[in-house]
Amino acid sequence: MSKDASFIVERSTRLSAAAGFAAAVLVVVLACGPLLFSANIVDSLTTLFIYLILAVMWNALAGYAGLVSVGQQAFFGLGAYFAIQLSYYGVGVYPALLIGALLAGILSLPISPLMLRLGGGEFAIGMWVVAELAHLLVALDPLINGETGVSLIALNAFSPDHRRAYNYWMALASAVLLLTVVFMLLRGRLGASVQAIRDDEDAAKSVGVRVLAGKRIIFFLAAFGCALAGTLWLATSITFQPNTYFGIQWTAYMIFMVLVGGLGTFEGAIVGGVIFFLIEYMFGATGVWYLIGLGATAIVFALFLPRGLWGTLEDRWGIRLLPLGYSLRMLSADFDQPDAVAAAQERRQTPASLDKHDIAAGDSSPAPPC
Amino acid sequence: MIWITQLLNGVLLGGYYALLACGLSFMFGVMRIINLAHGDLAILCACMVFLIADQTGISPFVALIVALPLMAAIGFGLQRLMLERSLRAGMLVPLLTTFGLAIVIENGLFEYFGADSRSLAPYIGDFAFDSWAIPGNIYIGSLALLIFAVAVVLLGGLKLFLTHTSLGRAIRATAEDPDTAELVGINARHVYAVAAAIAVASAGLAGVFLAMRETFSPYSGPTQLIFAFEAVVIGGIGSLSGTLVGGIVLGIAQTFGAQIHPQGFLIAGHIVFLVVLAGRLAAGALQARGGLHRLFARRL
Repeated sequence: MSKDASFIVERSTRLSAAAGFAAAVLVVVLACGPLLFSANIVDSLTTLFIYLILAVMWNALAGYAGLVSVGQQAFFGLGAYFAIQLSYYGVGVYPALLIGALLAGILSLPISPLMLRLGGGEFAIGMWVVAELAHLLVALDPLINGETGVSLIALNAFSPDHRRAYNYWMALASAVLLLTVVFMLLRGRLGASVQAIRDDEDAAKSVGVRVLAGKRIIFFLAAFGCALAGTLWLATSITFQPNTYFGIQWTAYMIFMVLVGGLGTFEGAIVGGVIFFLIEYMFGATGVWYLIGLGATAIVFALFLPRGLWGTLEDRWGIRLLPLGYSLRMLSADFDQPDAVAAAQERRQTPASLDKHDIAAGDSSPAPPC
Repeated sequence: MIWITQLLNGVLLGGYYALLACGLSFMFGVMRIINLAHGDLAILCACMVFLIADQTGISPFVALIVALPLMAAIGFGLQRLMLERSLRAGMLVPLLTTFGLAIVIENGLFEYFGADSRSLAPYIGDFAFDSWAIPGNIYIGSLALLIFAVAVVLLGGLKLFLTHTSLGRAIRATAEDPDTAELVGINARHVYAVAAAIAVASAGLAGVFLAMRETFSPYSGPTQLIFAFEAVVIGGIGSLSGTLVGGIVLGIAQTFGAQIHPQGFLIAGHIVFLVVLAGRLAAGALQARGGLHRLFARRL
């Protein structure tokens, strides 16, 4: 084992440092968006940010914690509903959007002990039942006028230009904040433990991972994130109709984004969000055929490219833009030489070299989630 | 008296749910797959029978002779082409692929049939609304009774098939442990495909009964999947007789809910489902993987 001393375990590489810097520059440029871009582009980017939130949240749930939910639209709709309620009772519109999302997130806490004890497929449909029930109960509220819906009238206090800019900034800030939080969580102890749960719950339990606590944090975060996406959607579309907000299509979109981008890779969800945004821009008008295409693409990716576009790239060339996992570097040899890097990577995958760090690097193992 | 009528209606409705849930439960029991396209496959069969009845004037009951083998073939092909591969990739992938399939089926049906609600009731004549009067001013719909009887026969027949035929024993052995089953000469691939064929055909039968009872549209599938799932979970997952109990509990909850409030039909069903889950949680019985009926059995 003395040879191991010539390796060091590192989290960030030159590439990831450069990627981090590029991301920071991108966020700064995007923050000036409403001053730089036309109204159309600002609106489109707002939509893109909402999709990114949804993709990253669903990926954290399914790709990292192994919780395939087909009912996240429950929180998407509840967030928007609470925001409407709060605004009706006189809370300022933009605070209402944030508090509404937070309330929906908090509501996930009493739901979680019930749902999180269900096995894979049972959890999936169980969440769907929760979404259906939320839909039915919200539609009972006289304020909502049944399926006719209601508008967030208080938004009229802002001129369309101001509204557009505020929505944009709020969506950008939400996306950046949520992505950062998910990134930090997954990078830390929680990331390692939920992935251990995803890969083998009993084994994780046996080495002392607190299964339910880990799942619950991710579940809450995903509920809050989806709810925030819902309130942001409400801010851009102004009207609230239970059928649209509690629709199963949101789950279809999330599954599509994450599967195409790469289930269980952080960058993959972002890539998937951008791809979905472009596809919707190009084909969204074709209606039914567009949805058939989404479903068929999801099947093809799940069957033939389960790691998605990004995951496949990652497996093939070992690219990792964001320092989420761990990599080994040789100290003695010049690591710029491709041979040495390859040797180091090979070494990393040898079971005999498994140490604590390697076990934690679960997200870089090519095994599909199960 | 209205409550007794509703109770009977609820029990009979439960028969429909048991029939609908049978395939879902069977597939989960054998392959550990929860088929998210289950409801949409039921609607697919209903559309198929509707098309036959509408174009040729053949009775929907006769059309089943064509439609059910076709559904079985679809199930067989589905297992071979899609589910088999998804199963190899882990437990979560079948959920994703069957969800994708559900989206494809329902939107495909929408593309072909449009958004209109349809019903098979006009094609079965008086039978759709015939009812028997029993003493005490209570009426029982003959169609509802037929569906209940079919459900009991199907569930019972499936149970006998599983215990008394060699194919049934092979299915049970494969469900228990596919690798060991292969060691003793069972072709697990074939067994899985047969199980999928049975499950999808039974879903199709339920879909046709749904279309006779009420109206359906291309997007009716997800609701049916949820009902089936609720019946399965209430009754105890993987247990066929439990499925009947679960269906009846769900049916009674829904008819009573509808009596209380116009929206109560769906809400009451969902709430009973969640209450059963919570109750099981409290009883710590979830690990035992038993259903309500087993819970009661243990008490006795």
